[in-house]
Amino acid sequence: MQEIIQYLFSGITTGSIYAVIAVGLSMLYSSTELINFSHGEFVMLGAMGIVTIWVHLALPLPLAFALTVAAVAFMGMLFERLAIRTAKKHQPITLVIITVGASILLRGVAMIIWGKDPFSVPQFSSHESIEIAGAALVPQSLFIVIAAFILAGTIHLFFKQTLTGKAMVACAVNKKAAWLSGIPSETMGVLAFIISTGTGAAAGIFIAPITMSSYDMGTILGLKGFCAAMIGGLGSLWGAFAGGILLGVLESLGAGLISSGLKDAIAFILLLLILYICPGGLFSAKVAKRF
Amino acid sequence: MNQRKINVFVWAIAVMLVIAPIIGTSSAMAASAYKIGGIFDSTGPASFLGDPEKKTMEMMVEQINASGGIDGQKVEAIIYDSEGDPAKAVSAVNKLLHKDNVLAIIGPSTTPTTLAIVNFVEKAKVPLISCAAGIEITSPVKPWVFKTAQSDLLAVAAIYKTMQARNIKKIGIITVANAFGESGKKQLVGQAKDFGITVVQQESFGPNDTDTTAQLTKIKSASPDAIVCWGTNPGPAVVAKNIKQLKINIPLYQSHGVASPKFIELAGEAAEGITLPTGKILVTKLLDASDAQKKILEKYEADYKAKFNANVSGFGGYSYDAMVMLANAIKGSGGDKEKIRAALESTKKYMGITGEFNFSATDHNGLTPDAFVMVEIKGGTWKLLDK
Amino acid sequence: MSQQKRIFIEHTLFIIAVILCGLLIENTYYLQIITFIGINTLLALGLNMLMGYAGQVSLGHAAFYGIGAYTTAILSTTFGISPWIALVCAVGGAIFVAFIVGLPTLKLSGYYLGMGTLGFGMIVNIIFREWSSVTGGSSGFVGIPMLELGSILFEAGKSYFFLVWGVVFVAIVICRRILASRMGRALRSIHDGENASMAVGVNTHILKLQIFMFSAALGSIAGFLYAHFVMFISPDSFGFMVSVKMVTMVVIGGMASVWGAILGASLLTLLPEVLHSFQEYEMIIFGLILMIVMIFMPQGLTRGLIDIYEHSHKSRSGSKANIKKTN
Repeated sequence: MQEIIQYLFSGITTGSIYAVIAVGLSMLYSSTELINFSHGEFVMLGAMGIVTIWVHLALPLPLAFALTVAAVAFMGMLFERLAIRTAKKHQPITLVIITVGASILLRGVAMIIWGKDPFSVPQFSSHESIEIAGAALVPQSLFIVIAAFILAGTIHLFFKQTLTGKAMVACAVNKKAAWLSGIPSETMGVLAFIISTGTGAAAGIFIAPITMSSYDMGTILGLKGFCAAMIGGLGSLWGAFAGGILLGVLESLGAGLISSGLKDAIAFILLLLILYICPGGLFSAKVAKRF
Repeated sequence: MNQRKINVFVWAIAVMLVIAPIIGTSSAMAASAYKIGGIFDSTGPASFLGDPEKKTMEMMVEQINASGGIDGQKVEAIIYDSEGDPAKAVSAVNKLLHKDNVLAIIGPSTTPTTLAIVNFVEKAKVPLISCAAGIEITSPVKPWVFKTAQSDLLAVAAIYKTMQARNIKKIGIITVANAFGESGKKQLVGQAKDFGITVVQQESFGPNDTDTTAQLTKIKSASPDAIVCWGTNPGPAVVAKNIKQLKINIPLYQSHGVASPKFIELAGEAAEGITLPTGKILVTKLLDASDAQKKILEKYEADYKAKFNANVSGFGGYSYDAMVMLANAIKGSGGDKEKIRAALESTKKYMGITGEFNFSATDHNGLTPDAFVMVEIKGGTWKLLDK
Repeated sequence: MSQQKRIFIEHTLFIIAVILCGLLIENTYYLQIITFIGINTLLALGLNMLMGYAGQVSLGHAAFYGIGAYTTAILSTTFGISPWIALVCAVGGAIFVAFIVGLPTLKLSGYYLGMGTLGFGMIVNIIFREWSSVTGGSSGFVGIPMLELGSILFEAGKSYFFLVWGVVFVAIVICRRILASRMGRALRSIHDGENASMAVGVNTHILKLQIFMFSAALGSIAGFLYAHFVMFISPDSFGFMVSVKMVTMVVIGGMASVWGAILGASLLTLLPEVLHSFQEYEMIIFGLILMIVMIFMPQGLTRGLIDIYEHSHKSRSGSKANIKKTN
């Protein structure tokens, strides 16, 4: 029993990492109908950014956090302006390959800047692990879960409550109609990229202390985030969130109860079964029929 | 539409301008020289191995040329990056064998990339000195294939010997899910009986996993006397941290895969008390002055630091030893590959970075278990354990 | 009639080009690269049928490549069966797996199909890695025998070059035949509008499944050829990144074009060879080229190059016309 609780704890921790990444991906999809395969690399940039700004330059944590997110979001904006905007009229599959190209490019750049060795980032707080029913919970895990909730909640409120957010939703529903009612869809596209890459960077910052950061950490994270977003249903914010947590918990339970070598396989088999039962994801917002 | 087309041409010309001079310079090399090929994983997941190996080889070639070359002939190194991909290694080896016509090849860095090219060098009859650890490379012995890295067999034997002395009977193992971890697992399970040790729990983790607490919890519930983690950075550092976080008070043993200062930096406080086997390079300063290896280690360390301003790791030593032994073998061969091979095979008592090499027709690795020393991490640095 | 004639000329040119390459190129290194291009072309051809014509994306196609390679490796090495019988088993196995997996997966569409196939590819790769008693695990599978046919021994060099490109030629002819048939027209109708084609009586699900099985068969043949060429296989050669590379080959070459597959396979095989000299900067330049090609030639290289050619042609004749006018 004690073990099961421990598995759940670690599952929820990794799950919330996947969740934040999935939320960023899903959010971008709902405003631009694009899946960004370089999202994982923006997460990596966030983690590497905090290494440089907080650990090496020793700036205070909140400032370092803000600077990193801003810098990465700026990169996201550049990416949108230079690559995606130029190729906007292309088929979705072409855009996907462009983002794949971008992910290789960003990884290459990060390798030159930070080198090939991984970095370690200290925990945000020096508290000891908390013990609940014999299972240990790391404070950083709590941070991650809380941050995931706050991020998803903020984006939710932003879409539901603010005018800009509503305008972005309008663009997602029907670009032409939104344009007719005076919404600048291009600005909304840039904004979506900024928010998406910004949340990616935030995810990277929060996971840096529990794992090691290196230039090639992004690919697998992006992949897991993509899976989570799919399971939840593309375009559904809380669906992506739930998908992330589910993926993390499945992996952890698979590793603990069955076999750690097969943990990814177990998670993927269950995810495929879910997809077969509800082909549009658990909380499908609309049928995603583009590619 | 017209503007687009112009853009296309501008981009195309820009790309050409960048590529052309580099291809031009790389093909215009010195004509008469002993050409030695190198294949290292200098990028990709095994870059912690390939990068120092490549740098060391470049440094060694420079040194050899500065002292007049081999038999008055300059040496030219042609190095390709295999990125840890067997297909890329095959492509690189064919380039070296058929385009560059090299005398001998050093590398690759990992077991799969080496195994992928073994057939090709055997057929072309060109000596290969691999820097990978897998025991499959030299057993069974293949005439043209040698290796300088210690086999996992020796590392496991060194760990188990220490465990025996500390009266450890039951262990749990956690290995990384790649070739390095798998080979380690095979040896750990295979040799356990000889030392009276039982493996009570086997777990694995992915090379980029962010968390290993589930696996560790499972190992903990099997209550072993010690945990052995077999992997390369950054995974083992995550394992060390997780063990501290879960408050598991079981001694942790690591493999030589993390034997570099980087590991202590990554694991931080969690590294305290970890025991691991390592080549002597890590503990040069702690060695007795009478140790035959001390001098050569110090020289390598100083040279490497002066040239690259980076700390040495034991991995670069693999290509150091390969290069020195190869240079010795080429001496007097006049560039005859069969002579080089024969000279390599008869290398005896060469004292290198990794250990003392004694090649023979039946042993193409030539190291003994004392190539490893056991160290413990204390106060953020290495402490030599008594034999 | 003229269409048939054109195809005949194209095929003749292709055969002449292959024979010329084989006779003129002596260096084993270059032959080996072109052999790899051939293997990659087979992969791209299969995926192109699925993506370009039927409009179904697969992000897990490396699994079939791996199934082909591992089946022949295990049967011919562990059990000592003739590789040619192993080839039949490999293709049969891949088709069977494609049938089982395709049945539920191909009901998905768009990104969900991508996710479904991705998950399948990951699971197969984990099996290759974890079932180490049979597959050799992460360290790989050693000692795969060379191919032999009568007295001919296929080894790296000319003999293997001709074998691979012969297979590529047969595959191209078969693809063409399929596309020219009723099935090909039905396929394109799925690409343009699945509901519409269903309405005119095309059983889209069966058709998609058939083409999925066909592309799996081509993938497994490529895997067979790869395994006996390198004589060593490891799970890394059949991972997720390889699936992505295959999709990239198809898209960058030009979807729905047989020659596009060759072009895409050539580019993605040659580029890393050329970029070797950049060392550390290789990844940056590779990524940049990928992005630039896709931004400026969204239809892929085949269409892009034709466009450039036609454009320059047009502008030249245009300027001629202008000169005439001024005269």
